[in-house]
Amino acid sequence: MAEIPKEEYLEKCTTACAGCTSSLTLRYVLKAAGPDTVLVVPACCTSILQGIYPNTSFSVPVYNIAFAAAAACASGMSEAFASMGKKTNVIVYAGDGGTIDIGIQALSGALERGTDFLYICYDNEAYGNTGMQRSGATPMGARTTTTPGGKTDAKKDLDRIVAAHNIPYQATATPAYPKDLYEKVKTALATPGPSFIHILAPCPPGWRIASDMSVTVGKLAVKTGSWVLWERKYGELRISSPSKSAMKKRAPLREYLSVQGRFKGISDSAVNELEQAIEKNIAQLAKEEAGEC
Amino acid sequence: MLTVATGNKAVAAAVKAAKPAVVAAYPITPQTEIVEQIAEYVTAGEMDARYIPVESEHSAMTACIGASITGVRSFTATSSHGLLYMHEMLHWAAGARLPIVMANVNRALGPGWNVWAEHTDAFSQRDTGWIQLFVSTVQEAYDTTLMAFRIAENTGILLPVMVNLDGFVLSHIMQSLETVEIGDYIPPMVLPHRIDTGNPAGYGTLTGPGDHFKFRWEIEKAMRNSPAVIADAEEEFAMRFGRKYGPVDEYLCDDADVLIVSMGTLGKEAEVAVDNLRKEGIKAGSLRIRWFRPFPELDISDRDLVVLDRGYSFGFGGVLTDSIKSRYRDSSLFSVVAGLGGQEVTYDDIAEFVRNRRMGEEYWFGVDA
Amino acid sequence: MFEIRIHSRGGQGGVTAARLLAMAAFLDKKHATAAPFYGAERRGAPVTSFVRIDSEPIKIYSQIRSPNLIVVLDASIMDTVDVLQGIQKAGTVLINSPHPVDLPGVKVLTIDLTGIALAVDLVVSGSPILNTPVLGALARMGVISRESAEAAIRDMFSDERNVKAAEAAYKELVL
Ligand SMILES: Cc1ncc(C[n+]2csc(CCOP(=O)(O)OP(=O)(O)O)c2C)c(N)n1
Ligand code: SF4
Ligand SMILES: [Mg+2]
Repeated sequence: MAEIPKEEYLEKCTTACAGCTSSLTLRYVLKAAGPDTVLVVPACCTSILQGIYPNTSFSVPVYNIAFAAAAACASGMSEAFASMGKKTNVIVYAGDGGTIDIGIQALSGALERGTDFLYICYDNEAYGNTGMQRSGATPMGARTTTTPGGKTDAKKDLDRIVAAHNIPYQATATPAYPKDLYEKVKTALATPGPSFIHILAPCPPGWRIASDMSVTVGKLAVKTGSWVLWERKYGELRISSPSKSAMKKRAPLREYLSVQGRFKGISDSAVNELEQAIEKNIAQLAKEEAGEC
Repeated sequence: MLTVATGNKAVAAAVKAAKPAVVAAYPITPQTEIVEQIAEYVTAGEMDARYIPVESEHSAMTACIGASITGVRSFTATSSHGLLYMHEMLHWAAGARLPIVMANVNRALGPGWNVWAEHTDAFSQRDTGWIQLFVSTVQEAYDTTLMAFRIAENTGILLPVMVNLDGFVLSHIMQSLETVEIGDYIPPMVLPHRIDTGNPAGYGTLTGPGDHFKFRWEIEKAMRNSPAVIADAEEEFAMRFGRKYGPVDEYLCDDADVLIVSMGTLGKEAEVAVDNLRKEGIKAGSLRIRWFRPFPELDISDRDLVVLDRGYSFGFGGVLTDSIKSRYRDSSLFSVVAGLGGQEVTYDDIAEFVRNRRMGEEYWFGVDA
Repeated sequence: MFEIRIHSRGGQGGVTAARLLAMAAFLDKKHATAAPFYGAERRGAPVTSFVRIDSEPIKIYSQIRSPNLIVVLDASIMDTVDVLQGIQKAGTVLINSPHPVDLPGVKVLTIDLTGIALAVDLVVSGSPILNTPVLGALARMGVISRESAEAAIRDMFSDERNVKAAEAAYKELVL
């Protein structure tokens, strides 16, 4: 396994909150991608953490674009680089809201057209930029500023929506397992055509956890099966090793929920639904891996 | 009841009092507090509305359209890029003659991202057929939001109404607020063309060149009726609740030689400039435009005008300036482009614009030497 | 017009302190406005809030340029922000600090608001609450009345520890 390089493309002067795993993710993504890379960023926390004009905390070009528009912008950029014979990586770095809610139409179009790019959705399970309103990715039972009593709808199944586009490479990751994340970004960029990586990014203010807990919470997500790490190359699914070992003996879901303030007071029925969703997801993935679907 | 509230909270309180059946909204800075407050009212059972947490502003406006055509009251709030993302459906709402009320928290447009006050978002919707009102205090935001429902739903109007308040400057400032018991100030909504399975009809069917213009003319007729209806809503409001509003807010205009014409919070700041200018012997007055569409009749003859524009039509000029000029061609006017993207404009700056006015010219504050 | 600028960090309650102050002034039958200035920063970044109090209605929206009083809820901000910027000649600075602070050319008052909050266990998710105790100190300085400070706090918070902390700050501040 390759070592993660020391080069930094994201300076330490970002204005992200302490313990932000989304900016941590970005560090690994850029290390894997290297300097011949353009980031396309729709409105999200990442638009803010670049700093304020005339400064920027990135040492690769970042193209900021309207909230709903990232994948379409990347389509144009990718075709243009291709027309010039350039191999520049085009990476969309978008939040869950910009992916699953307002941006899903543009994403679907770009995947269907076979755009040669990598789309990364960092999922902090709410609208962080605007102060933590619910998104389609907010899990059931979580409190946000627009679901003060806890969300009553389930988390949208983004990965299966993306999977329905039959793209060459798709994966999940979380920066709590940096090597896994790094390898997946490398593979995605080496695969021609559209790639998609969905990254769980614990967010201290949004999840109401201490800022030094975000990596621990990311690990708990994997250990409890709330977040399963896998990759699918040309239709072949492989569950990644951290999740493989987690599945042998899953940690109780409550361990993941109880450390997060956003789940305070969650009803038993919501916990049950979350548990059932986890079991269903794992069973489906295991079946697919075994070639039984 | 007297309390202290932000502009956003005042809007939410007015919406609660107006009792819409459906609220569909999407968060965006600096409007989020309106959405969050309404979500909280609904969760706490203080508001008996269906709150739809849509996935975009296009859907927010469209959900309001879907609700409104069944004959119920609906509300949304947005700002900046959110308003622009609604643009198609804004034309739709007005064209379908639906009395939807929306609060728009005025904010600049990207790129680069800027979350601060500017009027370009609303100005870009100038020709959609929405009635557009601009407010300048927390109390006025509350009062005007209440009036908006009454105006929109008037059967002689049936046009959507947008209440505009300056981002952060007004949306986030805390001022005193007196809420009222609205009683029957807003009569029950009656939509003559509501969807009714007992009386089936096609809505928005293909309309040929021989008919289309007739529907556009109907919109304009309603717009032409609207000054009387808005004035009536304002008078009735004054009678019931004691606060007076009009198409413009005049401050020491009667004997003025020079009028500062502006919109939103700049209009209040301008009043301080007027006081200071008068101490120097300059007879200034402030004319704050409250109705942008329909555009009001103005009494501006024989006076110098210093127009403060917080939005610009590239290749032409300030948007407010444009509206004034095209109505009053001969008015001599100094057009000042100031306050874009939250640029700080103080009463001292405004007084300087007046002292150094160059009639017939345009001046970009902070850029021109 | 009396103009106040409050320096705090995001999440410390500077914005709420401004709101409480406006509410109290308002209960004193005065006019008041309170406005936070939000930059593009995230949690923990320095935040400035502005309060104006006057006997006449307040029409000014632009930022306060020469405050009569500056309140610093987090003394560490003084390392990076020039908190004295624009202060009036006879202006005062109130700093949350357990030790006396010496600043040239201005009148400085210090009070240990953090200590006061901790003493009555006024702590939310690990951080002491400063916005209600500071109101006691401001009442002591005569910016608002003691009764209105208490009423404004009760209007917003049901937890009695808030009033207790404000009372303690009122008594502890040495003018
Ligand atoms: C059309 C439009 N609507 C709303 C917004 C306001 N807005 C900016 S970022 C954002 C939320 C982003 O959430 P997500 O994509 O999950 O990213 P995060 O902020 O959590 O990183 C919203 C609602 C906008 N910029 N444009
Ligand atoms: S709100 Fe969450 S995702 Fe956004 S910068 Fe802060 S920690 Fe990161
Ligand atoms: Mg998010």
